[in-house]
Amino acid sequence: MAEKYKCREDVFLHAEKISKIYPGTKALDEVSFDLLKGKVNVLIGENGAGKSTLMKMIAGIEQPSEGTMYIGEEEVYFKNTTEARKHGIGIIHQELSLFPNLNVYQNIFMGSEKTKGALLDNKQHIEAAKKVLERLEHPIDPNTQVGELRVGQQQMIEIARNLVADDLKVLIMDEPTSSLSQQEVNVLFKIMRELTSQGISIVYISHRLEEIMQIGDHVTILRDGKYVADADVKDIDVPWIVHQMTGDAKAYPKRDREVDWNKVENVLEVKDLCLPKAGGGYLVDHVNFELKKGEVLGIYGLMGAGRSEIFECIMGLHPEHTGEIYLEGEKLDISTISKQIDKGFALIPEDRQAQGLVQTLDIEKNCSLSAMKTYKKGPLLDSKLEGEKVDQQIKDIHIKVADKKLPILSLSGGNQQKVVIGKGILTEPKILLMDEPSRGIDIGAKTEVFEIINKYAEEGLSIIVISSELQEIVAIADRVIVLSNGIKTGEFYGDEIQEDTLVLASYKGHHTEKES
Amino acid sequence: MAGTKKSGNNNQLLMTLLKGRTFIVLIILFIFFSITANNFLTAGALLSIAKHVALYGILAVGMTYVIITGGIDLSVGSVAGLAGMIAGGFIEQGLTLKMFGVTVYFSVPLLVLITVLLGGLMGMLNGLIITKFNVAPFIATLGTMYIWRGLANIRSNGATFSQLAGHEGLGNTGFNFFGSNLGGTSIPVGVVIMAIIAIFAGIVLKKTPFGWHVLSIGGNEKASKLSGIKVDRVKIWVYAFSGFCAAVVGIIATSQLVAAHPATGESWEMNAIASSVLGGTSMAGGVGNIGGTIVGAFVIGVINDGMTMCGVTEFWQQIIRGLVIIVAVIIDQFQRNLQAKMALQARNENK
Repeated sequence: MAEKYKCREDVFLHAEKISKIYPGTKALDEVSFDLLKGKVNVLIGENGAGKSTLMKMIAGIEQPSEGTMYIGEEEVYFKNTTEARKHGIGIIHQELSLFPNLNVYQNIFMGSEKTKGALLDNKQHIEAAKKVLERLEHPIDPNTQVGELRVGQQQMIEIARNLVADDLKVLIMDEPTSSLSQQEVNVLFKIMRELTSQGISIVYISHRLEEIMQIGDHVTILRDGKYVADADVKDIDVPWIVHQMTGDAKAYPKRDREVDWNKVENVLEVKDLCLPKAGGGYLVDHVNFELKKGEVLGIYGLMGAGRSEIFECIMGLHPEHTGEIYLEGEKLDISTISKQIDKGFALIPEDRQAQGLVQTLDIEKNCSLSAMKTYKKGPLLDSKLEGEKVDQQIKDIHIKVADKKLPILSLSGGNQQKVVIGKGILTEPKILLMDEPSRGIDIGAKTEVFEIINKYAEEGLSIIVISSELQEIVAIADRVIVLSNGIKTGEFYGDEIQEDTLVLASYKGHHTEKES
Repeated sequence: MAGTKKSGNNNQLLMTLLKGRTFIVLIILFIFFSITANNFLTAGALLSIAKHVALYGILAVGMTYVIITGGIDLSVGSVAGLAGMIAGGFIEQGLTLKMFGVTVYFSVPLLVLITVLLGGLMGMLNGLIITKFNVAPFIATLGTMYIWRGLANIRSNGATFSQLAGHEGLGNTGFNFFGSNLGGTSIPVGVVIMAIIAIFAGIVLKKTPFGWHVLSIGGNEKASKLSGIKVDRVKIWVYAFSGFCAAVVGIIATSQLVAAHPATGESWEMNAIASSVLGGTSMAGGVGNIGGTIVGAFVIGVINDGMTMCGVTEFWQQIIRGLVIIVAVIIDQFQRNLQAKMALQARNENK
């Protein structure tokens, strides 16, 4: 590298043959990357492809093992985030890194406090915070505690935190929309456009392909730590991206089930389900629905529409709910979650790490955890039976496992999710409740999760799937109900399940609230 | 590729050494004290160490269960003290039932049974406070620690029950059994009881659904609850078991001393916690095993008695004990990081 390198005119930062070696593995393998000025640079790849790793190098969170980075003619090396900041590079993390115990302006100016003499200049903080939040169309009172804000609002604070720096040149956003509602996503996109028009470059990492087509300017695709392709968004389409990501074209399998649902008996009937909200109103507002044997029912809605709460009511997590729930015609007296599991319900929770897995246990125990109490020989655990059951489950849903005694975190995200699903299925449920079963897993694993859903539905298991991803719910559900603001605002069968009708219905609940 | 393979094997070896570290430390201590203290390696000295170890070994077994669920039980020393006072009081003064105007004297097996059950109830109360009223385990057991100690003092107004031989005529002789040696041998009964409790606890922890539920609650309470595990119930039983163990220790200690003193067991909870942690129990919950805890209890015992035999003063002993615990936890953290790294490595190799 003796000869001087000079970045192209339209490139803000150039990374040359960056490698990152973790003990025993290469997370990045000689990846070169051009960060275009004033554009939305999109980075795509399956989980573990190295997107976040590459961005961590550019933001100074981690340092490359090999390779160099250039800004203009200058070779740069970021020891830490402060040095990256000096060059105007800011990052919004995948996981929020806010202080919930502090208020809005404290969070925004944390680490870059303005002072008057030796003391903090809070007046200036508050004013600047107000200004930046107005620009983000989220006029939140700067004195509010961040812990009290909704996740979407918190995301905005995180963005505001980067915007208050006057010299911002690059903003890296690592999956910022995974917890935003559609409305909030729209605001975010508007802001992104504003920023790029001011010459700020954006790096955008997302799993949602439809978003990328909407907002992206230039796409770079990584696979297994290696560079695969890059192209302008206007020249490509979704199948091309999917093809580049997976190596061979994989699309969601189309659903074609010819069943006359009118002739199938109901397994579950929910009547007039209500869950009161603290401070008035309802989280779940007089919802009625039924579920037929072997049916896949989709529940679509925005964040906070009351989707997960329905599952929580059914599983017995909200004793304060009202309404009637019938299982196979019999009215249920819901008390505890373990009794609900005994009755034939199984829940695949939304947050795999926080609610699904026990990280300290191995793969086998994570899989058998729910059903374990039935595998008994006298007072002892029948480990032979347990092992057989788990092996069968691993085979049935194709979990890629070298040794089931390995720690659960040695699996990839998709396989971890399959273990959680396997745990639910091992309790031999009649009804499987899946809350965002494909969140945070790559496309390959998603397709496999859909295959699992199809397989068990055909065997007669009734399944309810909550999803925020339109394409996903359109692909897998026999019937979809839409929730909005706790109210059921639509129900669609077969061919009626279209992306636009679902989106339309998902906003209806908010209108009725305004009118009333 | 060859390079990474080799480093993988090195990691494996390091891991094996780390996992057996407490045992290795125990052996090193044995060798060290054999050389420095000339009467250390005698049957008499070793049995006296074992007798001491039995006390906090049993406490540590209960404590290990509690710590695995992510909690802590500071009340065990006080429960031991109160249990000793209950048992001692029953022997010396009997139970006076005012309304009938009689005093009942229980036989030794019966009064021991009543005492350990009461110990279990005291532990259960901890569990109820923690689960039903959502009080942090540290605070709940700190509170009961004071309450039981106060009750132990009130029972005798701070005095010692020393007439524990019992009377032939009242049919309550034989309490000295728990402090003596097993008939004909020189094995202390306390050590035998520790072995029985440890084996039972070890089997329950690793071979029954209940034990796995304990491990999973400490690993991720929320996920355990959503998996249908009755988290509250499991926790209550775990604290009850800890209380039971503490009451057993109270009886053995009282019998060994041939006196029930209300201050018995003060600060023993710290030895129990130290033994658990030395044995590889994670204070964060979810990880631990009984075998390690027993080895950890022996390490503490050997350090205490060995240093005394070497003529190290109690003050220096405190410093050394403190250092041993901190170093143990540092090594524990190191092992956990290595484990996480190896898991990540396995994950990437599977890709």
